[in-house]
Amino acid sequence: MTGVPTRGGRGSPVAARAVRRLRDAAPVVGVFVGVVLAWEVGLSLLGIQQFLLPRPSAIAAALVDQWPTLVDGVTYTATEAIGGLAIGSVIAISVAFATARWTVARESLLPVAIAANSTPIIAFAPITNNWFGSDNQLSRMAIVAVMVFFPIMINTVRGLTLVSPSSLELMRSYAATDWQILRRVRVPNAMPYLFTAFKVATTLSVIGAVVGEYFGGPRSALGVYISGEATLFRFANAWAAIALACLLGIGFYVVGVLAERLVLPWYAAMTKADA
Amino acid sequence: MNVSDPGPTRPDDEIASGDAVSDGGAGSQAAPVVVDVQGVEKVFDTDRGRLTALRGIDLSIREGEFISLIGPSGCGKSTLLRLIGDLTSPSTGTILVNGKPARAARLGREYGMVFQAPVLMDWRTVQRNVELPLEIMGYSRAERERKARAMLELVELADFDRVHPWQLSGGMQQRVAIARALAFDPKLLLMDEPFGALDEMTRERMNLELMNIWRRTGITIIFVTHSIPEAVFLSSRVVVMSARPGRITRIVDVDLPHPRTVDTRELERYFELVTSVREALRRHETDADAGSSDDGARIRAEGLA
Repeated sequence: MTGVPTRGGRGSPVAARAVRRLRDAAPVVGVFVGVVLAWEVGLSLLGIQQFLLPRPSAIAAALVDQWPTLVDGVTYTATEAIGGLAIGSVIAISVAFATARWTVARESLLPVAIAANSTPIIAFAPITNNWFGSDNQLSRMAIVAVMVFFPIMINTVRGLTLVSPSSLELMRSYAATDWQILRRVRVPNAMPYLFTAFKVATTLSVIGAVVGEYFGGPRSALGVYISGEATLFRFANAWAAIALACLLGIGFYVVGVLAERLVLPWYAAMTKADA
Repeated sequence: MNVSDPGPTRPDDEIASGDAVSDGGAGSQAAPVVVDVQGVEKVFDTDRGRLTALRGIDLSIREGEFISLIGPSGCGKSTLLRLIGDLTSPSTGTILVNGKPARAARLGREYGMVFQAPVLMDWRTVQRNVELPLEIMGYSRAERERKARAMLELVELADFDRVHPWQLSGGMQQRVAIARALAFDPKLLLMDEPFGALDEMTRERMNLELMNIWRRTGITIIFVTHSIPEAVFLSSRVVVMSARPGRITRIVDVDLPHPRTVDTRELERYFELVTSVREALRRHETDADAGSSDDGARIRAEGLA
């Protein structure tokens, strides 16, 4: 629980917590600033050419200069990532329920899923472009959906099936129906597993969307922009777009973490208590 | 000698026979039979072949009794409890609970169960954990809340209704499990080494609390344990079992006065009973070491001697 004693009784608990938060965040901020500074200074000291690695200041300038185009790109790509994530999740969770419920489904679907997972999914990009058209966002959504399918499905199956045998005996002693066991034991048990998978899937979804766009797409797509600017030796612009893609991934992940805390407050508190 | 016959054993025989056995209370003889186990054998098919977990089990338990099953590990005491609860089925023999087959009694939700682990749902608060069986059995929300609160009061955890299980100590978690098992007013409580994972101090306190609950509710309790003092302190009868194959070797009537308190453990009679249970256990340990090929036959012979 939150019984951490605060040192020095000065100020309100809220203020004390804010100070502690800042202190916790300080090393991260420090490392970030340090790396950026070293990058900036190091490049000019070593005399490295701009096209090999632009300076942070040049990237920042490109970010400002290209802002409207970049915002369009981020919106376009984010839509693909979210769409793919949604489609992939729905299918993965449905398959997971079927798999956990029927042994036959488990035995027939799991090998297929494992095989699917070991193929380089991004190699399908030209094919999905062929199916849906390279200007159609569905092309990238399909790729993202396939990419996020496996971690979500496997984790959900785990959560639904890795239930303590004693819980099942307890439910048996209550003469509970399969549906009651599913609703009151298996699904709640699966929720932390599902959120763990979501957090992995959020980052995967951005990667899938951006890399999928390398194989074609409208000018406004982030991936198309990155590869196009790189071909034209406008590396600062490419880096600016990469930085935004990175931020997009982090943003998705943070949303995943916040959603977990909102839906499973007990789980966050429990893992904190364990630590 | 008071070694009960592994053949048919009627409760009247048990009460009538033996030195350590004395009348466990006039009321218990007249009370109806809650659990009737007849000629039960349980065989498991394992990788190393067939394993006879229980053989020739006969046991009658009357309403309001507190029965302990005690024996070395592998004697099948937990299996016997699980058979009574229809969590597993016998290979041969019959088990009646409240005059019905064990399965019908389970489907009729006629017993509560407490395991060695508390088996609480981490995502539910203490209150909602106690409400779980009531939810499954379709009680109304108001009824659930009322009953769960009453049960938490019974186990003295009323102030902890909103916390989650992992915020409680092991002993408190087990009390929640007991409250949950009693929430739907079963007349029979099955407990499988419920205090086995607790430290000695907590265990003794839990024993006292369990005694209080038993006195106040008049429930029948079947209690699996490997602790001799615990079995003697709690029980009206201690069923001593031995292993390979699991069987009942002796039933010791506990004639300690009620209510049982911390002073009970100081009584001369308490120590005598602890000794007789210990000897009953040890005798069969050495028998097993002697490597008898037919334990059953020899026990029968000893019983007649």
